[in-house]
Amino acid sequence: MSHPNKTSFTETLCFGAMRLVTYSVVAVSLYIFLDIIFKGFPVLSWNFLTGFPSKGGSEGGILPALLGTFILVSGTIIVALPVGMATAVYLSEYARQGRWNNLLRLSIMTLAGIPSIVYGLFGLGLFVLYFNMGQSILAGCLTLACMVLPTIIVTSEEALRAVPQNLRQASLALGATKWTTIYTNVLPYALPGMLTGSIISIGRAAGETAPILLTAVAFFLPKLPQSLFDQVMALPYHLYILSTQHPDMDKVRPLQYGTALVLLLIVFAVNSLAIYLRISIRKKFRW
Amino acid sequence: MNTSSNTFPVKIKTNDLCFFYGATQALFNISLEIKAKQVTALIGPSGCGKSTFLRILNRMNDIIDGTKVQGYVALDGQELYKSSTDVVQLRKTVGMVFQKSNPFPKSIFDNIAYGPRIHGVSNKTQLNELVEKSLRRAFLWDEVKDRLSQNAMGLSGGQQQRLCIARALAVGPEVILMDEPTSALDPRSTAGIEDLIRDLVLDYTIVIVTHNMQQASRVSDDTAFFYEGKLIEFGETRQVFTNPAQKQTEDYITGRFG
Repeated sequence: MSHPNKTSFTETLCFGAMRLVTYSVVAVSLYIFLDIIFKGFPVLSWNFLTGFPSKGGSEGGILPALLGTFILVSGTIIVALPVGMATAVYLSEYARQGRWNNLLRLSIMTLAGIPSIVYGLFGLGLFVLYFNMGQSILAGCLTLACMVLPTIIVTSEEALRAVPQNLRQASLALGATKWTTIYTNVLPYALPGMLTGSIISIGRAAGETAPILLTAVAFFLPKLPQSLFDQVMALPYHLYILSTQHPDMDKVRPLQYGTALVLLLIVFAVNSLAIYLRISIRKKFRW
Repeated sequence: MNTSSNTFPVKIKTNDLCFFYGATQALFNISLEIKAKQVTALIGPSGCGKSTFLRILNRMNDIIDGTKVQGYVALDGQELYKSSTDVVQLRKTVGMVFQKSNPFPKSIFDNIAYGPRIHGVSNKTQLNELVEKSLRRAFLWDEVKDRLSQNAMGLSGGQQQRLCIARALAVGPEVILMDEPTSALDPRSTAGIEDLIRDLVLDYTIVIVTHNMQQASRVSDDTAFFYEGKLIEFGETRQVFTNPAQKQTEDYITGRFG
């Protein structure tokens, strides 16, 4: 009878260890969140959100950085979402399935795991220098788009594949063309999954520094950008400057926390939007 | 079931039809004639090629990469596998009902209206008429007329399958292909579908793949027995079931294999 007892002891031990690990992960994240929220919240004010930084970032607000991040994220969505979704539709619905397609898929997955600084250097080489865009909003958006594209393609394709094959067959058998079938009987059901995955990856891009560091951002700009070829400020880079490059670190500590909190809130808002979209669209379609 | 099958004109004719999945040959020199307004049953053990044959008739195999058709298949004398064949038109004329009922996750009305809509019917009155006519024809109208706007996924299995039949009818086909339409249904729903098939055959040509010998003998006029990609025997159902010409056919229908 000692055998079952021994298994259950090992089991308890294993589950206990897993629980401990899980709780510590939660505890660490919670600590970071609460730290940022408690120290950042007092800084938040209308002036902080709508003011320009002054005295080398020692005082003032974050408006240009906030707006810059907003512009970069919007531009990334505009470029990456249609391209990524179209690629996913092609790969899952039109492309001949086989070794070549699998190789392509594997390459895209690999791209999704490449460090963001590599995309930054790629953007610097291709958009900033070769296409002569200079450090600009356009170059930054395109670089960020390159970075999020693989994730958008992979998640969108998964969502497309999750749509039951027999719906496509039913539609085709009624004489619908392939495009009509995709448009009316595949995309609507795959859209929640496609959007969720895409938006979450774009939310992550909002917090990235490396890809825009070399392609779009400026340390400080006295006025808001006027065109796509202007440089911008951005929240993650502003935060990086405040916390590493400022001569009097302790003095600007509250501003760092405020900036971090705003960035966190933006990412949180973007992810909530994704979850909301998924729930509301999924309610409409069930199979 | 009928005594004068020779008077029915030929609707679909194949001659030396071969089919390949890549390098694997799935059908070998199939030659048969499917008569108009008759039920033709395709029977045989799993993997014998009967479903593959069925899916040649509305070119549904086209959607599988690397397949190839050789030989002659014609509907009303028109060859199906020519570059000039309009596949959309073909699939309108040759409807299909699948093994697992596959209603769209939309309302009952939108399910039936889907086909007419993609073929350009947008007039509301016309759509209403088509939906009612198709549902009546599939013996489903009385059960669903008060809840046309509800999701079709809420129907029972048998109702879903009749909905799929009604959906196929709504585009105005002449031939209906059925791929084991009752294999996922309980006996009562199965009986309902079989009654429907016998009624539909007054207006349509029906080709049905079935694993169920009793079903083939109950609903079909002609029966084709496939084995390992070859057509072993083809003839009047009564003939095939009571006095098969081939030993293999007899073994199969008496349950000695398969």
